[in-house]
Amino acid sequence: MEVSTAVFYLIALVTVVSAGMVAFSRNIIYSAFSLLGTFMGVAGIYVFLGADFVAAVQLLIYVGGILVLILFAVMLTHRITDVQITNRAAGRIPALLVVALFLVLLIQIVKATPWVKAKEVAFVATTAKIGDAFLYDYLLPFELASLVLLAAMIGAVVLSRKEIKE
Amino acid sequence: MAPNELSSYLIIGAILFALGMFTVLTRRNAISVLMGVELILNSANINYVAFSHFSSGNQAGQIYAIFVIMLAAAEAAVGLAIVLAIFQLFHTIDVEAAETLRE
Repeated sequence: MEVSTAVFYLIALVTVVSAGMVAFSRNIIYSAFSLLGTFMGVAGIYVFLGADFVAAVQLLIYVGGILVLILFAVMLTHRITDVQITNRAAGRIPALLVVALFLVLLIQIVKATPWVKAKEVAFVATTAKIGDAFLYDYLLPFELASLVLLAAMIGAVVLSRKEIKE
Repeated sequence: MAPNELSSYLIIGAILFALGMFTVLTRRNAISVLMGVELILNSANINYVAFSHFSSGNQAGQIYAIFVIMLAAAEAAVGLAIVLAIFQLFHTIDVEAAETLRE
């Protein structure tokens, strides 16, 4: 077995196991920290798919931004000294049945579909091409994205400020 | 399962999606529900990038993945702000306890 194949299996294992921890852990702190492993593993999968820029964006935004935000929210809302189960789950068995059926269905579809054999493409850095695409073909969505982010920022500030009673 | 097959990436994406859906369905803690949504978005992103790598050879799938990441950031910011506002109001973030938007 080649080294890259072994690394791929390792990354896939880390991704799936930590996603399982997110889904099944009884402590929300463990869930939040397992999300770190999932995000890093997904970034590794992007590297295997030759998407270097997306992998960097994944690390910067998910690990550096969203995960920190989630951890802040966990620490602000849940009393860490409480011993009781912080991550209550309900209706596990029906949900497990439905999700397992769905997963089996998806995997059967993936296995049964005759995917066209991929042509081997040599890796080329994608950052410059993505920058070009954003400024030519995807200019309107790119500008709309800035509007969406501005609206989300204002919305988050308005929602989380203290209400001033007059 | 091998690094140069499309189906292995699709299976990883399917497993992540199933785990995310399980999290969203079973958790009663609003932050955990948001974590499940992040898992689902990540699995969709894996599919986008994998199809882009194995079929077209251009960067369209990666660009869609970047847009999804951007929207996930906006969703996390607004969602967690709503969760904190609900916590200030009800002193719990159990999604069954917080049924109304005001007292």
